[in-house]
Amino acid sequence: MALEKDKSLLGWIDERFPLTSFWNEHLAKYYAPKNFNFLYFFGSLALLVLVNQIVTGIFLAMNYKPDASLAFDSIEYIMRDVNWGWLIRYMHSTGSSAFFIVVYLHMFRALFYGSFKKPRELVWLFGMVIFLLLMAEAFMGYLLPWGQMSFWGAQVIISLFGAIPVIGEDLAQLIRGDYVVADATLNRFFAFHVIAIPLALLGLVVLHLAALHTVGSSNPDGIEIKKNKDENGIPRDGIPLHPYYTVKDLFAVSVFLTVFALIVFYMPEFGGYFLEHANFEPADPLRTPEHIAPVWYFTPFYSVLRAVPDKLGGVIAMGSAVAVLFALPWLDRGEVKSIRYRGDLFKIALVLFVISFIGLGILGTRPVTPTSTILARLFSLLYFAFFLSLPFLSRLEKTKPVPERLGHSIIPLAEREGWHWRWIRNGLAWLQTTPIYRCLQSQCWQCIEIIKKNCCKTKP
Amino acid sequence: MKILFAIVILGLTFCAQASEGALPLAEAEVDVFDLPSVHRGAAYFADYCMGCHTIKHLRYSRLAKDLKLTEAELRRDVLGEGGKFHDSLLSALDREDALKWFAVAPPDLSLIARARGADWLYSYLKGFYADSTRGTGVNNAVFKDVAMPNVFWELQGLQKPVFKKHDGSEVLVGLELAGEGKMSPQQFDRAMLDLVNFLVYAAEPGQFDRLRLGKYVVFALLFLSVILYKLKKAYWTDIH
Repeated sequence: MALEKDKSLLGWIDERFPLTSFWNEHLAKYYAPKNFNFLYFFGSLALLVLVNQIVTGIFLAMNYKPDASLAFDSIEYIMRDVNWGWLIRYMHSTGSSAFFIVVYLHMFRALFYGSFKKPRELVWLFGMVIFLLLMAEAFMGYLLPWGQMSFWGAQVIISLFGAIPVIGEDLAQLIRGDYVVADATLNRFFAFHVIAIPLALLGLVVLHLAALHTVGSSNPDGIEIKKNKDENGIPRDGIPLHPYYTVKDLFAVSVFLTVFALIVFYMPEFGGYFLEHANFEPADPLRTPEHIAPVWYFTPFYSVLRAVPDKLGGVIAMGSAVAVLFALPWLDRGEVKSIRYRGDLFKIALVLFVISFIGLGILGTRPVTPTSTILARLFSLLYFAFFLSLPFLSRLEKTKPVPERLGHSIIPLAEREGWHWRWIRNGLAWLQTTPIYRCLQSQCWQCIEIIKKNCCKTKP
Repeated sequence: MKILFAIVILGLTFCAQASEGALPLAEAEVDVFDLPSVHRGAAYFADYCMGCHTIKHLRYSRLAKDLKLTEAELRRDVLGEGGKFHDSLLSALDREDALKWFAVAPPDLSLIARARGADWLYSYLKGFYADSTRGTGVNNAVFKDVAMPNVFWELQGLQKPVFKKHDGSEVLVGLELAGEGKMSPQQFDRAMLDLVNFLVYAAEPGQFDRLRLGKYVVFALLFLSVILYKLKKAYWTDIH
């Protein structure tokens, strides 16, 4: 009876709303490649962090005062007098850094396995707009606590618009709503941070997913699973997103939340990287902090800005550093998607790119010295060289043949080719012969045996 | 805008010089869970600091609750008889007067421990030395030419700077006690650590809840991770 009633209820809904077809299209009968590895977790984790930011943001907005004379105190009010206010605020502040960690890894995954290539150019473009909005969202949100770094960071970054010829100064004034960063700026940034940009973000997430589900997900082998379907029209190497990837992503979520909780509860400032020390002082327009640094997630681009001696040149370089990412699907001309089957040339270029990106990030958190300027210039050159060399490099490189069917999600060490993997294999083999390793191994085995004996068996 | 950049660059160079010239910071062994220490620190704050400094984001009632003190105990050591129990730790010093006397208003100390760090505070409090060129008669090894007088000189005794010639200019290399105070150096260090402990607590009273709760949340999530891993394994048995 109950079942029949359920069915008829679902039927009633389906006649009026595409519930079943939506469920099937995007979850139960959306076929994803079966060999996703951990690099494929970061899309769903980004969605989780977005929800976290929205939910905690709602509660913060209930107690926050967007007013230059009240903002700083209202944050401390949240931290001290609002029930669980400290937790909500730390979840929001840690969440913003987590968002960028997750998104940077998500983008790296695309670069690593060529997920941005034909036919997924629009997925990449929508994603890039999301990244751009995310930067705007984070920048505007950072002004709201109205601390020293909020104020001076905004002052410096908005003044950059002033470098644009002819319209520059007027544009900077339009953004600020005043001649300096002031109450008007705080109010409009609050409006953008809580309404305009989150709305646009949500819309773009829908577009990003709609585009992805139209073309289907890529995979670590960079093979189109839709090319190899069985008699029912189901990809042979595909598995339904639900329940397989929903349970797998749930596991990823729990691991992510564990790390997240460790930071929220034990190091919410994260050594001054997630919450900067200078931002615990209220904004003082008459006193510049000794060292102005943006939060860590902007530092790679900030480094590019500082590397150029000319202000307008720096602004153009910083803008291009972001803009060039949009062009990625058309810069990389290689047919082969995954790094597994690409040539050494691309692998070396990618390693250099990652080193220069992280290097720029580290340099951006520190004050300028002559050495750091030289390094920042070198890394900036490498950063741009990677993108500009891609069209040539992708034609020149010698690729390996791409197989028909999907392989391992992570290639086992024993099957990896190349001198560096051989080196690691030999190193590990040597390590296993040392007495320290054997001692540790036997200890571990004992521990595991004890746990198995005592915890995993039901006692009679 | 060029002026702004000039200020920033000036600040950076100043910062570099300041960090070279100053003494290395002493390490403060902070423990906010040492409630008697925080309690003593609060008393020192009331006696020596609150004449000028305010902690506007901390209430006496919250302080009493977190230190597990009764209102009477708090009145005896920190608040006094006249004050209101639910008030913030406000100084009686008028801002206009402060500007007249010190040329700067003494900062609110609610978040000073988070802005400067415990080691800095500890070193700063112990870093005053006699300097006849200053109006207050003292200078500070950590915060050069600070406007604040040495309020603890009676307890600590006056310190003398030790200079060493380095590249033609005199560089501060250490401090030595010139006259004995009411406290021994060990007692004074303890007192300053108590005060720093109190300021670290005052900068984030929520840290008691945060640190106590953290382990349960992390363990619960670890447990959840194990269960979800098993669930994933169970679902994925038929995928090869």
